[in-house]
Order: sequence, then structure tokens, then C-alpha cells
Amino acid sequence: MFLTFITFLPIIGAFLLAFFPKENEGAIKQTALAVAAADFLLSLYLWTNFDSSTHKMQFGLNIPWIESWGINYHIGLDGITLLLYVMTTFLTMICIIASWDVKKHIREYMMAMLALSTGMLGVFISLDLFMFYVFWEFQLVPMYIIVGVWGGPRRIYAAVKFFIYTAVGSLLMLVAIIWIYFHIKETTGVATADILFITDHLSSSVPLGTQKWLWAAFFLAFAIKVPMFPFHTWLPDAHVEAPTAGSVILAGVLLKMGTYGFLRFNLPFFPQASYEFVDIIAVLSIIGIVYGALVAMVQEDLKKLVAYSSVSHLGFVMLGIFALNEYGIQGALIQNINHGISTGALFLLVGVIYDRRHTRMIKEFGGLSKQMPVYAICFMIAALSSIGLPGMNGFIGEFLELLGTFQGIGFLYAACATSGVILAACYILWMFQRVMFLELSNPKNMNLKDINTRELITIVPLLILIFWIGLYPKPFMKTFDASVTHLVSKVSPDNFRPKQDHNEGGHHAALITKTELAKLSQKLQKTSHN
Amino acid sequence: MEPIHAPESIDLIALAPVLVLSVFAMGVLVLDLWAGKNKTLLMFVSLVGLLMTAISAFAKHPIPTFAFTDSYTVDHLSLFFICIFTLSSALTILLSYEYNEREGIKVGEYYSLILLCTVGMILLASSTDMIMIFLGVEIVSICLYVLAGIRRDNKASNEAALKYFLLGAFATGFLLYGMTLVYGSTGSTNLFKIAEFVKSDSAQSNPLLLMGIVLLVIGFGFKVAAAPFHMWAPDVYQGAPTPVTAFMAVGPKAAAFAAFFRVFSEAVPELAPSWEILLSTVAVLSMVVGNLGAIMQTNIKRMLAFSSISHAGYLLIAVISKSSLAGSSLLFYMLSYAFTTFGAFGIIILLGRKGEENLELENYSGLAYKHPLMALSMTVFLLSLGGMPPFAGFVAKFYIFSAAIEEGFLTLVIIAVLNSAISFYYYLKVVVFMYMKEPAGEFNISLTPMTLLVVIIGLIGTIELGIFPDTIISLTTH
Repeated sequence: MFLTFITFLPIIGAFLLAFFPKENEGAIKQTALAVAAADFLLSLYLWTNFDSSTHKMQFGLNIPWIESWGINYHIGLDGITLLLYVMTTFLTMICIIASWDVKKHIREYMMAMLALSTGMLGVFISLDLFMFYVFWEFQLVPMYIIVGVWGGPRRIYAAVKFFIYTAVGSLLMLVAIIWIYFHIKETTGVATADILFITDHLSSSVPLGTQKWLWAAFFLAFAIKVPMFPFHTWLPDAHVEAPTAGSVILAGVLLKMGTYGFLRFNLPFFPQASYEFVDIIAVLSIIGIVYGALVAMVQEDLKKLVAYSSVSHLGFVMLGIFALNEYGIQGALIQNINHGISTGALFLLVGVIYDRRHTRMIKEFGGLSKQMPVYAICFMIAALSSIGLPGMNGFIGEFLELLGTFQGIGFLYAACATSGVILAACYILWMFQRVMFLELSNPKNMNLKDINTRELITIVPLLILIFWIGLYPKPFMKTFDASVTHLVSKVSPDNFRPKQDHNEGGHHAALITKTELAKLSQKLQKTSHN
Repeated sequence: MEPIHAPESIDLIALAPVLVLSVFAMGVLVLDLWAGKNKTLLMFVSLVGLLMTAISAFAKHPIPTFAFTDSYTVDHLSLFFICIFTLSSALTILLSYEYNEREGIKVGEYYSLILLCTVGMILLASSTDMIMIFLGVEIVSICLYVLAGIRRDNKASNEAALKYFLLGAFATGFLLYGMTLVYGSTGSTNLFKIAEFVKSDSAQSNPLLLMGIVLLVIGFGFKVAAAPFHMWAPDVYQGAPTPVTAFMAVGPKAAAFAAFFRVFSEAVPELAPSWEILLSTVAVLSMVVGNLGAIMQTNIKRMLAFSSISHAGYLLIAVISKSSLAGSSLLFYMLSYAFTTFGAFGIIILLGRKGEENLELENYSGLAYKHPLMALSMTVFLLSLGGMPPFAGFVAKFYIFSAAIEEGFLTLVIIAVLNSAISFYYYLKVVVFMYMKEPAGEFNISLTPMTLLVVIIGLIGTIELGIFPDTIISLTTH
């Protein structure tokens, strides 16, 4: 019940806001913030009470919803979703603070923001396919409204593109969901859409050919959301046109729904098909990593640059997931969080100067560090974290992902992917140089005010997290250890490889035990020797 | 040929809803003489009549019962459809009352015609005999011809009526011709007897029978406005008075689908391999033509007309699937479509004024910031029409697609979901105008209570069926 309450609290808040008089902007904003903050604090309570020694669902609730179809209101959190869940409530709160200065239709804005929050939280807790789909589609609407109403000049185009693009992918997934439902009903005699039940019973009864089709249907929905190359074209439009908070949520949570989908559905439902598709995913991810980085490098618009860097970063996450081993998946999970924090921070910071100058063109700036020193420091931390500098959060994730790729997919792939890290340094540092250093030549920048307190309140928590995860990731990593081990035991390629490889694979598997950072570099060496 | 006997199994209780409603329809007609200019009494009596009809439908126990030598059936399908019909007619009457006053439609026959039309619809949904089905089709059509042209001094209304009449008469011809051929080759007009005959091998390859079925598809295709027989729909929907448009989109369409479903699932299911392809083509064409056509429209009534063509396409998938689950899904879809459509048309009517109906999409610019609740309701209706959870339209589509996938029509479902994605484009276009454009002028909206009531009923239905559909689903599946 508690989990239900936290999930639906924001939309209840949105409903209450509807009754506020339009003119009373202060009360509207404060109420929205109070709801979001309460939601975040309550979700922290979930974290502290979370038992990280098990992969089982926690805080669960399973009550009948549509009894005639065997569809249940089944919710729960496990290691894979806990951090995403907490990050969603956290970023919602941050975004509401960041939107304090929204001028237009503030009440509707806050309502959309809170409704969006419930939609996203619902996606992560759903343990019934039908329910999952309902939330998955439902959260499109508030996001569409946020981009379309409070966005930039081409907002309507971007919003419609975002909506239609995602809808096409999701609807094909719906067909697969219905197919699975009837298949399960036929083979087990139970009419259910329960995700855990399906995970246990599906893969053994579906021939590989069919598995591949079903896998592809789910893949399309999630690949569009992630977005993977070549399904990424909606993302730059949506990011550029979305208001700052919209971009933060988009990068921080919405994209993570795609990677979450792969972990919750594609891998456990169709382990063998996933294994068969590893090469394709790896190639697409690497194209995404390199292409995203190269395109980011030539962008003149700051936000577009960050948007394309997302394509690149998410390529790493996908690579980590499809390494199909513990390092890769742990890396992917922590990188999910990292990307939300770093890219979220970057979008917030871009928003800060956009609010002051109403432009995001890199060539309009230069020498800002003289005028806005505090801002420059914050920006630098976020930028370096995005590159993956050791000691910051990005490093942990990318390192684990690359390690997993080395072991799981192959040396060549990992080497190509690593080039993305170098390219990231290029585009981020070059952008940083052009914006922050050089001469303060543009007269419009002479009187810029440094970052103010409210903006600092939104940025500083993210910066703290950057260092916290970078220096002491254990509290984060340990939440999903058990879940990842359980997942890997089901999807590990060793289950499908021909026999002769089995010994070697077993050897690797023996190496993979707990993720202690101290041991990691040692293991890396061993692997490269092999 | 055998001589035709008088029906042996006269069962007036089974026929109770038809009788009750006919009496009320004629009563309203007579009452109009005394009522004068104030039509409130007529409206009230009509509503009571519909309520009585719905109650009397449940008088017959046990179901299914076959009466009048198997030509009239009381079964689960017909009972549920009667509820949908009476509901949609009641909502039409509620919508009409203020609209008619505003637009100066002072004809008392209006209510009587709607009731009579409902009688025809009940016959259509309950008949298991071709002759009865034809009677039902004719009763419904003739009432609709008049209703479409009821604004006598309005050019568009007249055009709509004339077009509808000519094309409708033509379609009826096809239908009748098809029935004749089926009768000629099977020796019966009764659906069960046709089914028995078709089961024998000799019938399977009878070209006359197949020809008859093709003509039936054309005839029914006209009545449900499926492409390529949809040409009349946009003009008629646009020209007819708005409550009548809503009525046409729901009630008569549901009735035609009920008969369509009955004929194809009860009389000729054995010939499915032959007509599946034909109906699938019609279904796909309807979805594509409807959705692509709707994208081009700037008039909201025309847009909804095209959208209703595409919905006919989705519903045809249920007819093709022809399982009992498909029948249930048809029921659920029509019910949710009724709530959603009446809600949407209610908003359209609220937005209009005398002589100025405000039907262009531009008239909706910025509605969200002047009348947020209205815009929100409209958004809910449009999203539900598009099939977005958590609204009724989603569950309805899920239901139909499930039935189709269970029967193995995977390709058809994939085409249908891709069409749903297209449909979001034009449904969202209205949302774009309401939320993302600045108001072009002042809205001069008088929230008339009856119309508002319809919108609220529609809203409750749309959300209730979307979030807690279990009760209705279990009602549809018996």
C-alpha cells in the first residue's frame, strides 16, 4: 500500500492543484514542491527499508484489477528499479524547483509535471504487463503537453514527433504483449499478464524463431525510448524544444525506461533471442556512441550538444546490458543513474544561461568564467562527470560497462566503444572552452549575473551525488547486486553457448563474484591477457 | 417453394422492448399536438420510454430465447446492444434539447423519429432472419434520412439528407439483392437454417451464394460506413445537426454491426475462408482511408466522420474474428465508443452558438486556458478515441485486438495498431489547438445543463471503463 501511495501521491497533488485559483502562483508552486518533496522523502524511506540481499520483489502488492482477464494490480520494487524509482522522485522535485520562474500557465505546468511523475513511477513498479503498458503510454501525455506548451519555437513539431514516434514502437509491443498473454494461457492454462509468472514460463515454451519476433517487438518500443541509433531522431528535437525541466526529466528518467525495459523484459523473457541479437545490438550501440559523439562535437546549440551526448552515453548503457554479464549490467544500472544526474545537471546549467540570455548558441558565449565563476565551477564538475573522469560518477559506470563488454562481447567492440570516451572528452572540453574561457568579447555577456541561490539549490544536490557515486558507490551498487546476479544467472550466454566453449565461459563466470572496486583493475588485466 | 406460414411461436414478451418503444414513439408523436412550442414534455416522455425499453428488455427469461419461428432472438448480444441503443438514444435526446432550441429546430417529430429509429436498431440487433434484418435496416435508414435533413432551411442539412437518401437507397438495394441470392441458393432466410445448409459440402462452392455474400458485405459496408463504401459519411456527418451526427456515429452504426456480426458469425461462418479476405481488405481500407482522410480535415465534425470510418475498420476486425470473444469485444467497443463520442460531440455543441457553430479546429485555439475543464474533457475523449490508456478506448481496442490475435489474425492487428499510431496525429491536432495555440477570439460559451450532463456522463463512462472495466467486461462475456 505504501508503494501505491508514493506512486499516486503526485497525481493526487496534481488533482488538488486544479482547484487552486490561477492567480495564486505562489501557493501553486509551494504546494507542488511540497508534494514532490514529500514524495521524494517517502521514497527515501523505501530505500532505507530495502533488503538488498535478495532479488525478490519488495513492498509488493498484488490485488485483482480486471478479474475476467486475469489482470492484476501487481506492484513491487527490486534492485533494478529501486534506484530508478528514487531518482524519479528526486528529479521531479529538482525540476519543480528549477521551474520556479515559469511564467506561462504555471498551474497547468505543475499539474503536468506531477502527473508525469506518477506515470513514470508507475512504469517502474508495474509487475503486470497490462498495467505496465497503461503507465508506459500514459506518461506520454503529460510529457507531450510539457514539450508542446512550454517548449521552444518548434515545440509543436517536436512534441508530436515525440508522441507518434514512441506510440508506434509501443503499439507493436502491445501486439506482442497480447500474443504472450494468449500463449501463456494456452501453455500453462493460466490467464495472466503477470511479469514474474511470464518470466518463469515463457522462454521455455516459445521456439527461438518466434522468440526473435517477440524480442523485436519489445526491442522497437524500448530502442525508440532509449534511443538507440537509428531510432534517435526524435530526441534532439524533443530535447531542444522542451523547457529545461522537461529536458531533465526526459534525459533523467524517460530514456531510462527504455533501458529498464530491456532489463525487465527483453533479457529475462527471451534470454536466447537476446543472446542471438548481441552482435546487432553491439554494433548499433557503438554506432550510437561514435555517431552521437561526433554529431555532438559539431553542434552549435548547447542543448543539442547535450542531447546528442545522451545518444552516445546511452549507447554505453546498451552495450553494458548486452554484455550479459554482471559487470556490464551493473555498469548499465549505475550509468542509468549517472546519466540522469550528469546530463540532468548539464541541462539545468544550460537552462541557467538560457534564462539570462535567451540563446543557447555556443558562439554567443565565451569567457563566462570571468563573469560567472560559481556557475563555471558547477558546469565544469557536471561536464567532467559526463566525460567520465575518475573520482566522479561517470567513471564508475563507463568503466564497468567497458569491462563487461571486454568480457562479454569482445575486445574489438570494447575498443571501439572506448573511443567514445575520448570523443566525449573532445566535445565536452571544446564546448567548455568556447563557452567558459576565451575572451569575454560579446558585450551582451558583460553584465550576466552569476548563478543564484535557487539555481544553486537545484544543482548542488546533483554535484554532491556526482562525487558521492564517484568516490563511494557502494550504497548505490549494493542495492542491485542480488538482482543483477539473479538476472545474469538466467540470461548468461553460457546457458546457450555450444558445449566446447563452456569451460572457458565457466572460468570467466568463476571470476565474477562480488563487485569490489579494488579488485576491478586487477581483473581487467587478467582479462586482457586472456 | 413452400407456402409461408404464419409464425407459430408468437412471443410478445420477447418482443417487449420493440413494442414498448413503438408505443412511446407514437405517443410522443401524438403528444406533440398538445405540447405546443415547449418540447420539454416530449423530451421527458422519450427518456422515460427509453428507460422502460431497457427494463423491458430483461423481461424475458431464460436467455437465449428464440421467438417467431427463430426469426427474433433474445440473447446476450441483443440484450447488451439494446442497452447501448437506449443509452445512446437517451444521450442524443439530452444533447438535442438545447441544441434544437438554439438552432430553431422546432419539430416535435424529432423525438419520435429517434425513438422509432431505436426500434429499428433493436430489431436489427435481435433478428436472426434476413427479412427481419432488412426491416430493421429500413426502419433505421428512413428515420435517419429525415433526421439528417431536419434543418429544413439549412443547405448543408438538405444536401446531407439527399446524399444519404440516394446512397442509402442504393446500398439497401445491394443488401436486398445479396439476401435474395443467399435465399436463392440456400432456400431460407433464417440465419440458422442458412448455416445448416452451408455446412453441407455442396454449398461451399456455390457461386451464387458467394456472390450473395459479397453483396451483403457491400450493403452492410455502406451502412457501417466502411471504406470504400464510406463516401456519404463525411458530408452527411458534417451536414446533419450535431446531435444527429453523434447519434449516427454510435447507435445505427452499432446496430448495423450487430446484424453484420450475426450474419457472418451465425449464418455463414463455414464460408469464412472465402469472405475473410474480402472483409479484411475492407477493414484495412477503412482504417487507412479513415485515418489518412482525417489528417486532412480542418472541420472537427468531418474529422470525426473520417475517424468513425477508421473505427468501423477496427470493429470489422471483430466481425472477422467471429469468435464469442470477438462478439464480447464488439459490445465493449461500442459501449466505450458511445460514451466517448457523445462526450466529444457534447463539447462540440457547447462550443457553438446560434448561427455560429465553431466547427473549425481554429475555433479551439487556446480553449485550455479559458475553459480548462472543457479542454481537459475533450482531451480525454480524443485520447480515448485514439486508444490511449487509461481510458475506455484503450481497453476496447485491447479487447478487439485480443480477440483477433486469439483467432490468429496477427497481420490485421499489426496494421490496426499502426493505424492507431497514425490516428494519434489528428486527435492530437485538436489538443495542439486547445493547449498550444493562443486564443484567436473570445469564447462565448453558455454551459447549458443538459449538454453538460451528457459531457459528464461521457467523461465518467470513458474513465470508468478505462480504469475499472472489470464489471462491464464480465457482463459482456456471458
